Amino acid sequence: MSATTAGAAPAPRRSGSLARERRWALIGAYVALAVFVVFFMLPPFHMLITSLKGSAEIADQTGNPWMVRSPTLENYRDLLTAGNYLTFFWNSVMVTACVVVISMVVSTLAAFALARMRFWGSQTLATGVFLTYLVPETLLFIPLFQIVGSLGLINNVWAMVLIYPTLTVPFCTWIMIGYFASIPKELDEAALIDGASHLQMLWKIFIPVALPGILAAMIFAFTVSWAAFIYPMAYLVSTDQMVLTVGIVSDLIRADTFQWGKIMAGALMAALPPLLVYAFLMDYYIAGLTAGATKG
Amino acid sequence: MSERDAAIAARPLPVGPSGLPAAPAAQPTARRASRLQRIARRNSTIAFLMTLPLILLIGGLVVYPFCYAVYLAMLNKRMTRFVGLDNFTFLLGRETFQNVIWQSVVFAVSAVLLKALIGFILAHVLHALPSRGQRAWRGMLLVPWVIPPAISTLAWWWLFDPSYSAVNWLLAGFGAGPIPWLGEAGWARFAVILVNVWYGAPFFMIMYLAALKSVPDQLYEAAAIDGASFWQKLRYVTLPMMRNIISITVLFSLIVTFANFDIVRILTNGGPQDTTHVFATYAFQVGIQSGDIPLGASVSLFMFPLLAVFAVFVLRGINRRSKEIGA
Repeated sequence: MSATTAGAAPAPRRSGSLARERRWALIGAYVALAVFVVFFMLPPFHMLITSLKGSAEIADQTGNPWMVRSPTLENYRDLLTAGNYLTFFWNSVMVTACVVVISMVVSTLAAFALARMRFWGSQTLATGVFLTYLVPETLLFIPLFQIVGSLGLINNVWAMVLIYPTLTVPFCTWIMIGYFASIPKELDEAALIDGASHLQMLWKIFIPVALPGILAAMIFAFTVSWAAFIYPMAYLVSTDQMVLTVGIVSDLIRADTFQWGKIMAGALMAALPPLLVYAFLMDYYIAGLTAGATKG
Repeated sequence: MSERDAAIAARPLPVGPSGLPAAPAAQPTARRASRLQRIARRNSTIAFLMTLPLILLIGGLVVYPFCYAVYLAMLNKRMTRFVGLDNFTFLLGRETFQNVIWQSVVFAVSAVLLKALIGFILAHVLHALPSRGQRAWRGMLLVPWVIPPAISTLAWWWLFDPSYSAVNWLLAGFGAGPIPWLGEAGWARFAVILVNVWYGAPFFMIMYLAALKSVPDQLYEAAAIDGASFWQKLRYVTLPMMRNIISITVLFSLIVTFANFDIVRILTNGGPQDTTHVFATYAFQVGIQSGDIPLGASVSLFMFPLLAVFAVFVLRGINRRSKEIGA
């Protein structure tokens, strides 16, 4: 209180300099933002430009590579009508859908048990789940190659449905433990008094209340399985079994001929599903991801 | 014991660890106790069944493969004979592998530092904007992180193409000569770091933005009243408040970057002359492409000690963080 009255006399000049300072800070902020947005958007933009060019225009080195002179959709048309691109796309969709469902079932059940029902070793298990999340897939792909081989699943797209949950489930469980633990215990007590079983409690109370968290976990599972690269790279060989991330490279690069127009068109269409998901659901995902950082 | 009873009696509705109302300890009858025991037993059975898929998944596809990798790494190339630590000593004696270790460390450390720096700057810049415009800018800045890296690296590959490089075309506009992005060891090392920074900086940005938003405004107001400059506010308010988040994200990103595969594999495939290989791509080349599974397993196991140290520190940071939040 005394500070404000003491500062009242020289207020006009000071507030003027503050406003000027703030304006300069804002201008600086926009300049920095513009620089980084340009840097961040250059590759996707160039991807789009290249995908609209015919092969003659791509091979022509005289013009500006950042502009398209005679835009054409032939790259997209070729990909969607001939070749294996649709197979890759369908395989990716199928694997991702299965992995999201499996991850959600496994991690919701486990997170409910770990958040609400203490049992022998539950603390250790919760810590173990988090540590598993920190194990990178590049540490395990060679022994898993042997294991997948002994199951007879090398070069089989279903092997991905088996393995991808190791990438998604630990983190999904971890964020859902956080969301479930924040639900007030009074709700469970009310349900228990009404005679609800544990599964009813999970289905009727926990899942609806923690829906934002579940959505965040789903987006995570989707992102990871759509983008997974090393497992399909190592285990899938023939084009009918491949997913998008490896299919584009292996199918459109024959010996030394790079069909850059088609590669870029294929890459852009492969990037579209995650871009759309984030465009609509980004806030849920960021809230889930940063829950630990902001709570409290 | 009596203190605890008193504490429980003082609370309106004592709640047991399982979420069930705890038995009033003052009058424990035999029948009641046995029933409670039965419920507890049933509860833990249900809980165990609910976690069983998770346990099977982690046990069968993470823990077992890891132990199997240790076993594999001690076999000879045709997997017929036990050779102990020969694979590890063989690798350490090879110059290519020494380069791989060095390159992995340089790649991870420089990429993470740059990502953290850019993320920190961008988070501050976004935080300074009026909240109306923030969302659109944030959306644009998140694009690199949303596109799967195996896909976006294709775009970078094309940008760095030796004869059609669109980046070199831009540089020529500034009068700079053509750069052999992927053809020369130094530039190729720079290129993989650049692409990794491009992909990972937005992650730091959103983590730091969330942390910045959780710093109470009163602290800055108090600092402003004390006449603190911008740098002083950064040094004495922002950094101490964000210290934990910064260390968690940096350590986490060190793990992920250290174990990176996609970017190096697509952009350079380890070349030129094996100068950009990191552990994962080298393990892939040795283990899967050349078919020497035991040697490949030993290459990727070399990552483990370092990753384990990072993981312990991440866990410690998270525990401390949740204690702070709880308090």
